[in-house]
Amino acid sequence: MAPNPLAAPRLVIDALSAGYGKRRILDGLSLPAIEGGGVTALIGPNAAGKTTLLRALAGLVPAKGSIRLDGTELTGLSVAGHARFVTYMPQALPQRVALTVFEATLSALMSARDETISTPEAHARALAALERLGIADLALRGLDELSGGQRQLASLAQSIVREPTVLLLDEPTSALDIHHQLRVMQLVEELARERAIIVVIVLHDIAQAARYARRIVVLENGAIAADGTPHEAITPQMLARVYRVEARVEACSRGFLQVIVDRAV
Amino acid sequence: MSQPSARAEQTAPPGAGEPDAARHAHLAAYARLVRRRLAILGGLGALMLVALVLDIATGPSNLSVHTVVIGLLDPAALDAPARVIIWEVRLPYALMAVLVGAALALAGAEMQTILNNPLASPFTLGVSSAASFGAALALVLGVSLPLLPADWNLPAFAFLFAFGSVLLLQALAGLRGTGVETLVLFGIALVFTFNALVALVQFVASQEALQQLVFWSMGSLSRATWPKLGVLGIMLLAVAPFALRASWRMTALRLGEDRARSFGISVARLRFFSLLRVSLLAATSVAFVGTIGFIGLVAPHIARLLVGEDHRFFLPASMLAGAAIMSLASVASKTLVPGALLPVGIVTALIGVPFFMALVFSRRERL
Repeated sequence: MAPNPLAAPRLVIDALSAGYGKRRILDGLSLPAIEGGGVTALIGPNAAGKTTLLRALAGLVPAKGSIRLDGTELTGLSVAGHARFVTYMPQALPQRVALTVFEATLSALMSARDETISTPEAHARALAALERLGIADLALRGLDELSGGQRQLASLAQSIVREPTVLLLDEPTSALDIHHQLRVMQLVEELARERAIIVVIVLHDIAQAARYARRIVVLENGAIAADGTPHEAITPQMLARVYRVEARVEACSRGFLQVIVDRAV
Repeated sequence: MSQPSARAEQTAPPGAGEPDAARHAHLAAYARLVRRRLAILGGLGALMLVALVLDIATGPSNLSVHTVVIGLLDPAALDAPARVIIWEVRLPYALMAVLVGAALALAGAEMQTILNNPLASPFTLGVSSAASFGAALALVLGVSLPLLPADWNLPAFAFLFAFGSVLLLQALAGLRGTGVETLVLFGIALVFTFNALVALVQFVASQEALQQLVFWSMGSLSRATWPKLGVLGIMLLAVAPFALRASWRMTALRLGEDRARSFGISVARLRFFSLLRVSLLAATSVAFVGTIGFIGLVAPHIARLLVGEDHRFFLPASMLAGAAIMSLASVASKTLVPGALLPVGIVTALIGVPFFMALVFSRRERL
């Protein structure tokens, strides 16, 4: 059963275990419903299980437990079944690929087997995705010719062209300059609102998470260390416990949360 | 590619100006790009045909290109000797060059994509070494398969071993957690293993068998016959459509394995069937003409430089480039040393390298 496109979708994770081979990284993780229409940021120190959780949601890691998107149980779905609802954007961008931005975006649509859209329709949708991200002028440029920020946007276009209900992004801003970091985050936040989709982003930058996310989930050793609005989740106590830093959390003159780190403890 | 646009970063959001006109312009530009790629495919096809005719015209008894064209279009118009030379000697030989070139290039192109490795080719991953070992066993130890005509015994052995080596690769790919790098390493290990085994067989071989084996391993088109051509042709016709049908999936795989899976592609399945095609193509080619390196490696690179990696164009361009190079190499093998026919396997690299380097340097700045 497909989720109702009008109401904001809900993603419920229950007793989720996932890992690679014998190494279990998530063990019985449960999370109150993640709702569409805003950005949910996943933060935490290295090796906390952020990427594993994201990949488990995308169906890329063998997982036990339950991931329910509205009425649909996602665990146990085939790769193609997952792809109807969820799109995952990995952190690493492809290197040395002789494809244009437009071709890469098209391939995201055309390669899926059960897709029944016509070629002109696919072209129109691919172009619309590029236009939405403001990179239509780059359509016929090679991916390898682009700057880091442009490539990240091209990669985002490959994700949104599939019109997923759940958009998963793994550190989309880590390699970008500050302008492109903000640009990507703004676009993602706008997309979450205007399409009422679920966006889950792994972020390294806590202040950025606080700035753009509606909800922040802090992971530590595969378990949830904090969960709530930025104000609820990001506290000096959490930073001391999870990140092992002495830090202040203060509102700037515009009311945004700022994290001022004093020293490692 | 298209003219770079300096304004790209400041593109106005949709809704500003005339979005419909801009949209139309972008789609028209892409349509032009597609037409240009089709034209390049046409050019490669024409090059291949010219090379083919040249190949037929070249040889000890000189035939003019004119005679060849007439002989091909209207055999009855020629006298008997010329007709026999064209149809019984030159044409099988020349067609074998084209088919082997196309098959090896397609195998190489698929392998480079599937293994995400620009150095992958049937020859860098042990397929030809395995075939050589099979041939060595048949030649030196005199082993033979029942129910086969004598001159099919050696190709059959070479095929079985080449196919077996890819099945080994497959089995490894099927093991859980095997990454692409492991696969490539395993292929390289196969090369060394089979080379050592071939050396072992050579060590115990008689002088005469050794000579045959060395000649076989150099690669030669002179073993071409119409039945063998038929087998390779049918193989190519049977396999290529499946490769083309997978072209969007392979294009998407170029964006990364996780990416492709997230688009709904079963990468393990794609890899399995692709390696199956590769093994059939490479094993059949090697079985009939011996070791011909380089084509499977370089033809895909040439295709990539010319049409990019949209596999709808990349795969056919690889095949046409491979066929053309192989055909030109065949011409060169007959003309480089007057009066002598060099094994074509030696010539492919000599012809291919300058061609390839010229392309790399002339197109370096562009996609």
